Amino acid sequence: MQTTTPHLSAPGDAPSRTRLPSRRIAAVGALALSALALTALPAGAQTGGTVNLVAYSTPKPAYSVLATDFAKTKTGAGVTVSPSFGPSGTQATSVVNGLPADLVNFSLEPDMAKVVKAGLVSSSWDKGSTKGMVTDSIVSFVVRPGNPKHITTWADLVKSGVQVITPNVFSSGSAKWNIMAAYGAEIEQGKTPAQAQLYLSKLLHNAVAQPSSASAALQTFLSGQGDVLLDYEDDALYAKSKGEPVDIITPPQTILIQNPIAVTKTASPAAKAFLAYLLSPAGQTVWGQQGYRPVLPSVAAKFKFPRPKTLFTIDHLGGWTSVNTKFFDPQTGIVAKVEQSLGVSTASG
Amino acid sequence: MTDVGVTVGDLGLPGGQPAPAGSGPERRRWHRHPPTAPRPALAAAGRMAARIGGPALAVTYLSLLVLLPLAALVTNAFSGGWAAFWRAITQPEAVAALELTLGISAAVAAVNSVAGLAIAWVLVRDDFRGKTLVSAVIDLPFALPTIVAGLTLLALYGPNSPFHVDLAGTRLGIACALAFVTLPFCVRSVQPVLAELDAETEEAAASLGASRRQVMGRVILPSLLPAVLAGAGLAFARAVGEYGSIVLISGNIPFKTEVASSWIFSLSQSDALPAASAVSVVLVAIALLVLIVIGWARRRFNVPETV
Repeated sequence: MQTTTPHLSAPGDAPSRTRLPSRRIAAVGALALSALALTALPAGAQTGGTVNLVAYSTPKPAYSVLATDFAKTKTGAGVTVSPSFGPSGTQATSVVNGLPADLVNFSLEPDMAKVVKAGLVSSSWDKGSTKGMVTDSIVSFVVRPGNPKHITTWADLVKSGVQVITPNVFSSGSAKWNIMAAYGAEIEQGKTPAQAQLYLSKLLHNAVAQPSSASAALQTFLSGQGDVLLDYEDDALYAKSKGEPVDIITPPQTILIQNPIAVTKTASPAAKAFLAYLLSPAGQTVWGQQGYRPVLPSVAAKFKFPRPKTLFTIDHLGGWTSVNTKFFDPQTGIVAKVEQSLGVSTASG
Repeated sequence: MTDVGVTVGDLGLPGGQPAPAGSGPERRRWHRHPPTAPRPALAAAGRMAARIGGPALAVTYLSLLVLLPLAALVTNAFSGGWAAFWRAITQPEAVAALELTLGISAAVAAVNSVAGLAIAWVLVRDDFRGKTLVSAVIDLPFALPTIVAGLTLLALYGPNSPFHVDLAGTRLGIACALAFVTLPFCVRSVQPVLAELDAETEEAAASLGASRRQVMGRVILPSLLPAVLAGAGLAFARAVGEYGSIVLISGNIPFKTEVASSWIFSLSQSDALPAASAVSVVLVAIALLVLIVIGWARRRFNVPETV
């Protein structure tokens, strides 16, 4: 009985009909040789390349413009930018866990430190002329059109009846900038650390939502919740440019947000070229047009960003390394303790 | 009435009981005889392999997909030692999040069990225009990505709600979101059992003088109880782990509306992975306990067929 399934041959069987005819071998061999020949062609640095970009979520629209503009330049001709956007902390963790990356751009320095610690980015990433930063921004207040509740200062945020939206500090980088802006603003106004901490407690008491990320927070605010949202200025400007009903208020004291960028140790030449473009006057001008404050002073002078009365950096408050542990450790940090004291006193049924 | 069960013998696998002669249509054999005479040793080895093979395959699949990740979770949870584990699970945020999650999930499972039974009843026992459409729509929460469900619920029951209800940032909002995603479980677990119910039992009870309420309470509901419990168990398990659909409408306020999955996510984003694993282990353990209890209850209340 003939079967169509191949069966194990036993001694005495007719010769198997499964041997490849020599013509087929020749054809396969020719194909293999031509494939080898193609790969042996020199890969011209000027004629393409891929940049695996891993960035935080906010600059997604900016990067689509930047990538297009870069492709028009000499060094960028034929380069494909393959981006991945997400919450800054999550992206850093993904890169450490193996997500392919040539260029990494995070919201704040601790996330870059994670990747440096894992040995994927050189520890001299911040020794360049811009200290490793690609863009600046500030923490702004986002309010309803016309600012009906007249929120203009940090003191207005803690008035009773004002509903604040700020992301959850344990999952969002933007939230950390917001908290440090609030804390720093109090210190700059002459308050003691204890008073500044009390301010944080009042601020979080007024928080009606603590979404998991900056974009979720913007969504929540636009859905109608809250009177004021604490957000990056560039994120707010983008929302406004898209016609969302928001007004942007610059607080009198606020923190300078500095976003780090670096190439990984295994970066392609195309990635290095892209980074050079992002830090060049041409690239910085595009950043400025997208609502980000350029780090190059010559380009920054061309834009008229609002100037807060007092602008401080994270270094004024001790630098990210110490701040991250002191404020944001989920078990022993200041914010965790503030939340607990709020929770214990306000946890009702 | 027992669940519709298939025994191993019915599958016609080699090594199982051969179908009794004359028991119905020819059972299809699963392995083919080779054209040459089978070597006895090879055939016997083949049968033994198949006898071990079936369960072995099942266990391997289960291990790879479920047991290994669970084991990795437990290992990670205790990677800092017992002290770190205890600190992570007794932290006030964790306790509050776990209490909130378990409480709301239990309430939603209970409410949806009743609602699911009612909907299944209508679908099985009633006839109306558009019944097919309604039946298909019930499965929609399965197909919808949870974050889309969350956005939709926020638009419907948030501050800009067309019905002027504002559930954003409230526990009731969380409950609504959970009810939405767990309803299909409660309906679909009861529906087939209800459809299979023998009408003769009800008619017999009615002919013996039982009132409608007695028929319902003494005949129908006990038969459905295992299925209702099964649906409740599935709904509870799903609700306990739900994240995407509630994260927007809940407002995520610690101690008020922050659920366990959200707190675990926050911990994992703050480089506190062992703590996140610790809280996850507690959540999984409690969910497992509830499912075991429900499984026991189902067997306990299983009404054997007496007719």
